[in-house]
Amino acid sequence: MQVFDLGSTGPVSGLITAREAGLVACQRCGQVHKRDAHYCKRCEGALQSRDAESLQKVWAWLIAGMIAYIPANLYPMLLTSTLVERSESTIIGGVWELIHHGSIGIAIIVFVASVMIPIGKFVAIIYLAVTVQQRSGTHQHGRHKAYEIVEFIGRWSMIDVFVVAILSALVQLNTIATINPGIAAVSFALSVIFTMLSAQSFDARLIWDADRTAG
Amino acid sequence: MTSQPTAMARILSLALTAFIMMIAAVSFPFLTLDAGGLHNATSVIDAVLAFNDGLAIPLAVAVAFFIMVIPLIRLAALIYALGPLVREAPARPGARKAFGLAERLRPWSMAEIFIVGVTVALIKVAGLAAVTIGPAFWAFAGVVIITVLKDQLICRYSIWEALDQSAG
Repeated sequence: MQVFDLGSTGPVSGLITAREAGLVACQRCGQVHKRDAHYCKRCEGALQSRDAESLQKVWAWLIAGMIAYIPANLYPMLLTSTLVERSESTIIGGVWELIHHGSIGIAIIVFVASVMIPIGKFVAIIYLAVTVQQRSGTHQHGRHKAYEIVEFIGRWSMIDVFVVAILSALVQLNTIATINPGIAAVSFALSVIFTMLSAQSFDARLIWDADRTAG
Repeated sequence: MTSQPTAMARILSLALTAFIMMIAAVSFPFLTLDAGGLHNATSVIDAVLAFNDGLAIPLAVAVAFFIMVIPLIRLAALIYALGPLVREAPARPGARKAFGLAERLRPWSMAEIFIVGVTVALIKVAGLAAVTIGPAFWAFAGVVIITVLKDQLICRYSIWEALDQSAG
């Protein structure tokens, strides 16, 4: 088997795509078929040489995810009531509380998972979609890496939803202290699900194509 | 390098172990909270049911899928698809579909994220009350570690090839 240099930027001479060879590869199991095949013989998945609607789906899910992220930050995640007080805390409020308790490490985990990863993901998906639309051939390898990172890391944003779930189930001590989930938990979960779907709709093969037409 | 039949047998045994431990993780108490003479035991199912009112009900369903149902489906599909291969018997009907399903569900299986979430929650309540960790917590943590080991052993292309060769 020939090994190609995937580390270089720009077109690698001698490297051909399945599409150029008149073939179509299954994105799920890697089996190649003739161009006119519609279903994979091996795993029975649908075959598509390039997903023409890929970018439309990416933008649609991304915008939905960004819209859902706004109420997720404005409304409370947790409703805490104790004997003396009732309080509501948002995502950022929860991070502040952790810092005041002195749990800096945990505060960083929550901040990274609930603020930095979602926002970083929005930016990364916008960058990938825009550069593919402009058929940019630069930083090809970097963009494939960015795509993989976005796909791998996005799901970790769910941490905060699970924190809310376990806290609300655990802290149910009648009058002394109860914790209940706020509406922001729902919109935050929706935001994570939408951006995961956005990343999954992105046809990474478009990054290679852009390079070929550009130079 | 592990030889292919050995790797298959290992994947299968890890998947079986994780499946059994997952059932234990769902059935036993997960965490117990004690404060001011009051006591509250929580299972994984209680954590799912935390989102039990109004608009949040779909979220309860989603969380149930992410932390219990999807991990169990993935394990069951893998056991179904790889079981006969280890015994060098012909593949079961639909074995490829089952393996394809297990692969496609991978990003939606969030057991490991849940256990990190639980750790964060534990630190948040640590000052407020005494928390006791139940057997289900350790079972769940075990499932997460075994799943990571199992996924590292899986070479999807070799499994597809093995499924091709044993197709009956």
